[in-house]
Amino acid sequence: MNIEELIENFEFLDGWEDKYRYIIDLGEKLPPLDVKFHTDEWKVRGCQSQVWLVPSKRPDGSLHFEGDSDAMIVKGLIAIVLMMYSDKSPAEIKAVAVDDIFAKLGLSEHLSPSRRNGLIAMTEKIRAYAGIL
Amino acid sequence: MYDVEAVRRDFPVLSRSINGKPNTFLDSGASAQKPQQVIDRIMEIYTREYSNVHRGSYLLSEEITSEYEAARKKVQKFLNAESEREVVFTRNATESINLVASTWGRKFLTRIDEVLISEAEHHANLVPWQMLRDEIGFELKIFKINDDGSFNWDEYRRCLGGKTKLVAVTGMSNVLGTIFPLKEMIRAAHDVGAKVLVDACQYVVHQKTDVQDLDCDFLAFSGHKTYGPTGIGVLYGKAGILAAMPPYQFGGDMVDVVTYQTTTFDEPPARFEAGTPAIVQAIGLGKALDYMQNLGMENITAHENELVDYMHSRLSEVKGAHEVGTAPGKGGVFSIAVDGIHPQDLAFILDKEGVAVRVGHHCAAPLVRRMGYESLTRASFGLYTNHVDIDRFIEALLKAKTFFAAH
Ligand SMILES: Cc1ncc(COP(=O)(O)O)c(C=O)c1O
Repeated sequence: MNIEELIENFEFLDGWEDKYRYIIDLGEKLPPLDVKFHTDEWKVRGCQSQVWLVPSKRPDGSLHFEGDSDAMIVKGLIAIVLMMYSDKSPAEIKAVAVDDIFAKLGLSEHLSPSRRNGLIAMTEKIRAYAGIL
Repeated sequence: MYDVEAVRRDFPVLSRSINGKPNTFLDSGASAQKPQQVIDRIMEIYTREYSNVHRGSYLLSEEITSEYEAARKKVQKFLNAESEREVVFTRNATESINLVASTWGRKFLTRIDEVLISEAEHHANLVPWQMLRDEIGFELKIFKINDDGSFNWDEYRRCLGGKTKLVAVTGMSNVLGTIFPLKEMIRAAHDVGAKVLVDACQYVVHQKTDVQDLDCDFLAFSGHKTYGPTGIGVLYGKAGILAAMPPYQFGGDMVDVVTYQTTTFDEPPARFEAGTPAIVQAIGLGKALDYMQNLGMENITAHENELVDYMHSRLSEVKGAHEVGTAPGKGGVFSIAVDGIHPQDLAFILDKEGVAVRVGHHCAAPLVRRMGYESLTRASFGLYTNHVDIDRFIEALLKAKTFFAAH
């Protein structure tokens, strides 16, 4: 599924309960992250829950990301973030309009700094990887 | 009879709806809501009475200065201090504790001394002592509490000794709700010649505080937790001790005679209130303390104790919910963990249900870790908390359990 399909699917969901059940499902379907990455090295700081993000570079120059969290909703949000950013070139990563996408999904509340759920920290980390890798 | 519904009507924010649900505010331990009386007083000052204090030769300044000093008197009465000169206004409890560390600590502590704190301290009563230790080289000792969060006399006595110069302890834990036996602890500390600072942030909100009876040397609290404004805190210090302390910030309002080359300093409390103070906030705090005392501190305590019992019994109905900190006689602070649900996920559902709680380490990360967790969900009571709040909290917990169990 890509992010446009996700936005379409979201339009059929009524109320926050269905939406968040769906998000949690997305998290559960995320390919498991090898526990050897559950270390400080791969931790995204600034999150209330533990969040790990592991980048790797593909031969074609695109970046692949894997992620995990010990909190269910955050894990679902990671799945959405990876849908937006994983397997893209650095130029494509820079062009992702995360605010717009989250607004379309009706999830803007997660981008408020006080929530500190790490979404911002995560997208910043992804952008940094795209710039430095 | 304590009429909690009448009390609630004094707090306009409680009638606001949150995410379409009634406002179930269970985060008073972090900061309390303000009664209309305090809000009105603040409005009045800015509307009719405002000017700077301690300097004007005109009516407004005379009036506001006497209001500001009357607020100090109210704090004195609230704490039963001997004199209002023992009441220093600060920004918050954190600043009060830092003031003691920077002035009394730097002057009187040496590398051969010991400072004793408990395992249950807020970062505000831990980090300043760590920093000062790194500077001076004294030993920072930490006495253990029991696994249920209760005070342990053996541990306390074991750590207390001839080298102890200062005991800095919380009166009531903001994570566990434990209320320490301050009076006896202070007596034991004085017996070995130590001074005692009480972090009374949570303590003063929930019961009558009498600094003369406790015989503490310093006591710190924040106005925003006692239903007053933000930006105002209190440091109580015994007159003789404050008098021996040097100032730590310099400028206007705290000086005696100033020449281009030298300056002498004012007496306490002015010595520690450099610059224009939080005038409106101090007066607002005075009003908030009036408000609590009009209700009666004993009545507030009785009301909250009854709620603590009710919360205990309701929580025991929720399978998989663990209360962290079950010391007998604890106050209205409930830190909980629910099996299989991350606190952040839990808080998300609670928020959707209009229930405000705090999640995380509650500025006491070493304590939360010592209790075996990284993060906890905390519900804390205020004088306006009622049974319905607790029922809504429990319902929201059950809803979260169902929500996450489906996965
Ligand atoms: C026990 C305790 N000490 C200190 C503080 C710090 O208070 P403030 O942030 O108002 O300085 C708090 C507030 O959370 C507290 O609960």
